[in-house]
Amino acid sequence: MALALRIIPCLDVNKGRVVKGTRFLDLKDAGDPVSVAKRYDVEGADEVIFLDITASSDNRKIMLNVVKACAEQIFIPLTVGGGVRNLEDIRTLLQSGADKVSMNTAAVQNPDLINKSSDTFGSQCIVLAIDAKRTPSKKWNVFIHGGRTDTQLDAIEWAKKGQKLGAGEILLTSMDRDGTKAGYDLELIERLTSTLTIPVIASGGAGTLDHFYSAWRSGASACLAASLFHYNQLSIAKVKKYLKIKGVPIRI
Amino acid sequence: MSSQLNVALINYGMGNLRSVSKAIENNGDKIFWVQSARGLKNKDILVLPGVGAFGQAVLNLKKLNLMEPIVEWIKEKKPFLGICLGYQLLFEASEENKGNARGLGIFKGTVKGFPKIKNLRIPHMGWNQLNLNKRAALYTALPKNPYFYFVHSYFPVPEDKTIISAECNYGINFAASIQKENLFACQFHPEKSSCNGLTLIKNIFNIYRKSK
Repeated sequence: MALALRIIPCLDVNKGRVVKGTRFLDLKDAGDPVSVAKRYDVEGADEVIFLDITASSDNRKIMLNVVKACAEQIFIPLTVGGGVRNLEDIRTLLQSGADKVSMNTAAVQNPDLINKSSDTFGSQCIVLAIDAKRTPSKKWNVFIHGGRTDTQLDAIEWAKKGQKLGAGEILLTSMDRDGTKAGYDLELIERLTSTLTIPVIASGGAGTLDHFYSAWRSGASACLAASLFHYNQLSIAKVKKYLKIKGVPIRI
Repeated sequence: MSSQLNVALINYGMGNLRSVSKAIENNGDKIFWVQSARGLKNKDILVLPGVGAFGQAVLNLKKLNLMEPIVEWIKEKKPFLGICLGYQLLFEASEENKGNARGLGIFKGTVKGFPKIKNLRIPHMGWNQLNLNKRAALYTALPKNPYFYFVHSYFPVPEDKTIISAECNYGINFAASIQKENLFACQFHPEKSSCNGLTLIKNIFNIYRKSK
């Protein structure tokens, strides 16, 4: 018996609807967030992540009513992110039913927020989201504002700093692979998981059953997918059954 | 069986309490958000949830003057459910703040951190299986090694091993849940553990319903 690999569907929400794009662009509608979240709990998701993808770039607050409605419908952990700026935002989200809060832009602009929030609410509910993109010099840069701004920060160094400041988990999205179904960026996952001691959620690029297995072999504690599940190209049950046969600890 | 239980849910600012209340309401029982000793009056069961730091939890309970009333409640053998931090608080102290804060001290033993082992990621976050020590009524209608959701870096080490009802392995074996008379407490989160969690909560509340 061992800790199970988590399979996490991600709901990217734009203006109250679940959407999915490719490489952070060309958004397509994928349904109502509340019914989508409920369906995933029933189908065996180990957790659900809800990201308000334009809250940060539009400079507005996350839609609390949607978060509340989602939280009411599910009995598995719920992580919420997008447009989180300060301690009050985090407190409000936790009170609205989020179990963990994910931060990206605000954490880069004010790293002390990771420190303060983990001290106040506990590391276990602070998720540092990193949108990473490969550079020609074989490194990865951290992007903020929903992938619109290159910070020039090195993703590995930034993750190390985030862990030190008190983040309880890293949500690592490869911008190069996002929505492509070409597989997770395994090199990035390996580099990060071998450096950190906190769990890492692999995100960006899942397209086949084997992609999940490879991410686990590369050290990921959880695998995130969005469009694959939204459009029923693969079901959560099918992914889990495959992983179990491959000998991966998995909850069925 | 149809009698509704009046549930005192201690609201002391530690974590997502709404998820606990909705899992209990799912059984048709009535939640009272309690922030003072007076709020415990005429309640059938006390639920102490909590996510966060041990020291902060003790401070918050002290501010509300709830330490003594909770100890009294448990000593009178009234129904009690402790979840995560609400389980750890039953012990004497925690390594988390170098033993500085005293817990409720219902049970002998301290709360310890996971050992530093290569590739053992901390916090222990996610779904792990239980080894059930006693086939108590509380775990009926569940699989043999049921999965539950954990998120923690510390766990209690009870001196009295006979109270341990389930163990979990993460680097080492630890006491995932304890049970003594009308007290049940667990390190995992039944309110976040989908069907298994809802079944466990139903089992616990149905036992108290029968004794009401």
